[in-house]
Amino acid sequence: MTKAADRPSHKDLERAVIRFAGDSGDGMQLTGTEFAREAALFGNDFATFPDFPAEIRAPAGTTAGVSGYQIQFANHDVFSPGDAPDTLVAMNPAALKVHLEDLRKGGLLIVNEATFNASSLTRVGFLTNPLNDHSLDGYSVMKVDFDKLTLAAVDGLGLSQKEAARCKNFFALGLIFWIYGREKSREEKFIAERFKKTPQFSEANIRAFRAGHAYGETVEAFQTPMHIAPAKLDRGRYRNIGGNVATALGLVAAGQLSGLRLFLGSYPITPASDILHELSKHKRFGVMTFQAEDEIAAICAAIGASFGGSLGITTSSGPGIALKTEAMGLALMIELPLVIINVQRGGPSTGLPTKTEQSDLFQAIYGRNGESPIPVIAARSPADVFDVAFEACRIAVEYRTPVIMLSDGAIANGSEPWPLPDISKLPRIDPKFRTDPANFHAYQRDEETLARPWVKPGTPGLEHRVGGLEKDALTGNISYDAHNHELMVHTRAEKVQRIARSFPPSTIFGDPDGEVLVIGWGSTYGSITQAMIEARAGGIRCGHLHLRHLWPLPLDLMAIAQRYRRVLIPEMNTGQLKLHLRGQLGLESVGLNKIQGKPFHVAEVRAAIESLAQTPAATEAATHPTQPEALA
Amino acid sequence: MTALLPLTKKDFVSDQEVRWCPGCADFAILATVQKLMPELGVPRENIVFVSGIGCSSRFPYYMNTYGFHGIHGRAPAIATGLKMSRPDLQVWVVTGDGDGLSIGGNHFIHMIRRNVDLKVLLFDNRIYGLTKGQASPTSELGKKTKSTPFGTVDRPFNPLAVALGANATFVARTVATDTNHMLATLRRASQHKGAAFVHIWQNCPVFNDGAFDLMSAREVRDDQLLRLEHGKPMLFGKAKDKGIHVNKQGFALEAGAADGGALVHDETASSPTLAMALANLEDPMPWAMGVLRAVPGPTVDEMAQEQEKQAMTQPGPTDLSALLNQGDTWEIE
Repeated sequence: MTKAADRPSHKDLERAVIRFAGDSGDGMQLTGTEFAREAALFGNDFATFPDFPAEIRAPAGTTAGVSGYQIQFANHDVFSPGDAPDTLVAMNPAALKVHLEDLRKGGLLIVNEATFNASSLTRVGFLTNPLNDHSLDGYSVMKVDFDKLTLAAVDGLGLSQKEAARCKNFFALGLIFWIYGREKSREEKFIAERFKKTPQFSEANIRAFRAGHAYGETVEAFQTPMHIAPAKLDRGRYRNIGGNVATALGLVAAGQLSGLRLFLGSYPITPASDILHELSKHKRFGVMTFQAEDEIAAICAAIGASFGGSLGITTSSGPGIALKTEAMGLALMIELPLVIINVQRGGPSTGLPTKTEQSDLFQAIYGRNGESPIPVIAARSPADVFDVAFEACRIAVEYRTPVIMLSDGAIANGSEPWPLPDISKLPRIDPKFRTDPANFHAYQRDEETLARPWVKPGTPGLEHRVGGLEKDALTGNISYDAHNHELMVHTRAEKVQRIARSFPPSTIFGDPDGEVLVIGWGSTYGSITQAMIEARAGGIRCGHLHLRHLWPLPLDLMAIAQRYRRVLIPEMNTGQLKLHLRGQLGLESVGLNKIQGKPFHVAEVRAAIESLAQTPAATEAATHPTQPEALA
Repeated sequence: MTALLPLTKKDFVSDQEVRWCPGCADFAILATVQKLMPELGVPRENIVFVSGIGCSSRFPYYMNTYGFHGIHGRAPAIATGLKMSRPDLQVWVVTGDGDGLSIGGNHFIHMIRRNVDLKVLLFDNRIYGLTKGQASPTSELGKKTKSTPFGTVDRPFNPLAVALGANATFVARTVATDTNHMLATLRRASQHKGAAFVHIWQNCPVFNDGAFDLMSAREVRDDQLLRLEHGKPMLFGKAKDKGIHVNKQGFALEAGAADGGALVHDETASSPTLAMALANLEDPMPWAMGVLRAVPGPTVDEMAQEQEKQAMTQPGPTDLSALLNQGDTWEIE
């Protein structure tokens, strides 16, 4: 006892990365989100990365069924969920098999030794038990019999063996709370609240949680609690937010600040369905949600609602977006507001439904029949997506155009602290409905924005017809006139280009000029930012420009790029932005491409910046063989 | 408050040139709809015609109301979004056998299932007209068309039975050559609350001329058509000397004498069984014409509005700021 008391009460750290991994049925996503909330309420900055299989319950104990949740939390700004976990919780041999390779050398490995029996080990291909064969010698291993300890903790509550065993994720959570020096009280209240309908489970989970915490304390000889102080975030009110919820809230905010009813037409698809779930709760904010019979009906119903004077929205992921393609063309032809949200996942076809990728950029910008320009904007993080969803609505309403907003699986399922916006400072969106019948022409345009009038049916004297056939440039009546068609093609393109006039100047992180400019888009933001910070610390003069607007492109993009010797574009695809910028701007760049259904590690991006900063221009093709033109 | 709107048929004629082929039955349907409109007492600006793609779907351009010429098969979906968000509008859907039953078949059945308050006119000419003469889902088995030079090998389906299978609350059939019957039928549809489906036989003089002559030509129609009237015995024949009876051996309908227990039509029967049996009548039995079924039923637009009203009375955040402040929040001093 005296010996323990002599030790410092905790060890201070700047940051930590924890990964929880187990069977799909082990409750790892819940465990992870519970820890993330505690980190949030404690005041840490953090970023999370949930990673789970497409199957709801893949066969128990198999590597296919392993579900993981990673969180990086820190006393400073956090941009990514972290590369290598410092602590890995493996609930079974399958989880160990899948995730061990990522654990930092010397990192803490907590395993549920109850599951390391002969059959489970054989099932995932372990010939010997890794807990005994010295293969884990490079790590700090904590073997705990979660099953036995959890069962003992909940004994006497009348739970079945199966129900009792289900509490072991809270045992794991309790243990992690102790290791990272977190108080129990807040979490106990949350458990009680979460299971309030079944007091028995509430009590059982609280007991398991306490038992896990107590276990950590009891085996104190093994570990000193680690302390990660609150981050020095800007003053204000924060909310722990996930990307899909933030998307929904951004849309609701745009509805409120435009006075428009929101009409969401949607069809269930991973990983976008949570936007439908969230919006369906907010009927009192003038949000109507419609679960359609298919993806096409979902977008068409939204278009019908926009025609009626609501703001139509449709949400989906790549395969569903493919089905909506024809209707997007209709929306751009009738020139009415519509927001199309693509929460990207691994493709093509059904691809990797629960994994993240950014391979739908071409689909968004170029993927329709005819000359069919549609503005495309992309979110960079779970909190940023609130602003981006709002911006999508602004563009759609002000320019009378469909807008595609790109999110992805990492943003959708990830979470981070969100500084709550001051509503009084959010811009108002004016739908400017036309009501005056004098000199009305359905396609007479606003001189600045080229937007056409938006008329609500029910307005006397403005009866008119819209449709997908080519329109006369003024009246909107059907026109097959050759020159009119050419004029309309150019006008629709010009209207979209003019949206760029409403963009603020681009923000550059890091150095305003130098060796390397990293251009990114979407959820690579965190890894790029952190990599850029580290590369600069290592003496490289570099900057980071993260594109929110992918079409039209910011007007200052080329001028900024020219202030750097080289441009690096990391993407979770084979180089779609790279080709887009080359085609549209003649911008030459080097791609860093990862198509593994997983975000970039900071180290990967940093290595690419360092290598590019040192490489003379001529040799780049040889060092980056994955460039798409090399494959063509 | 306007008691009577001083509108006439002319007020519903748009300034656009009608571009159907000479002799097309669509002209008669257009004229009948334009004639019906002033009776409805609905201001012109509150009426919307929504269509898909095909000859019939050009219809909205010729109506001086709000109109939406959609994409192939999707009119029911567009109209559903419009009606759910704007229940104050009277929304009509105009579609055809290819548009509504083939490429748009899925939307068609779900529109009916949801009982969206729409008036749905399906112009059935049993052929693809705008693409110049391919077989449609209502083309008779074995029919030779451009796409089926040896005859079709896929069985047609019956639009009325499809609608009834989706539990339609209003189902009717009429023929474009009988404008009085068509006017009366469309009037009934306009009065129905819910998805009111009207199957209109419509001749295509170019690609499928005489498609309905065997049933509706002047010299055969009295024997071939069974004009349904609610509450009246189901009789047919020039002298009304034949009646519809239940085949006691099974569940089918059969022809028999006019007197002595001909079935009395009940369009309000809560079970769709009679309507389904009538829908399936075909040669050598007479084809059922008029309203087969008209029953009340909750509409999706009404229920969605009601849910929204209910939500307003439930506890929860009342303004945007309160909404954003929900969940796990904390203050950094």
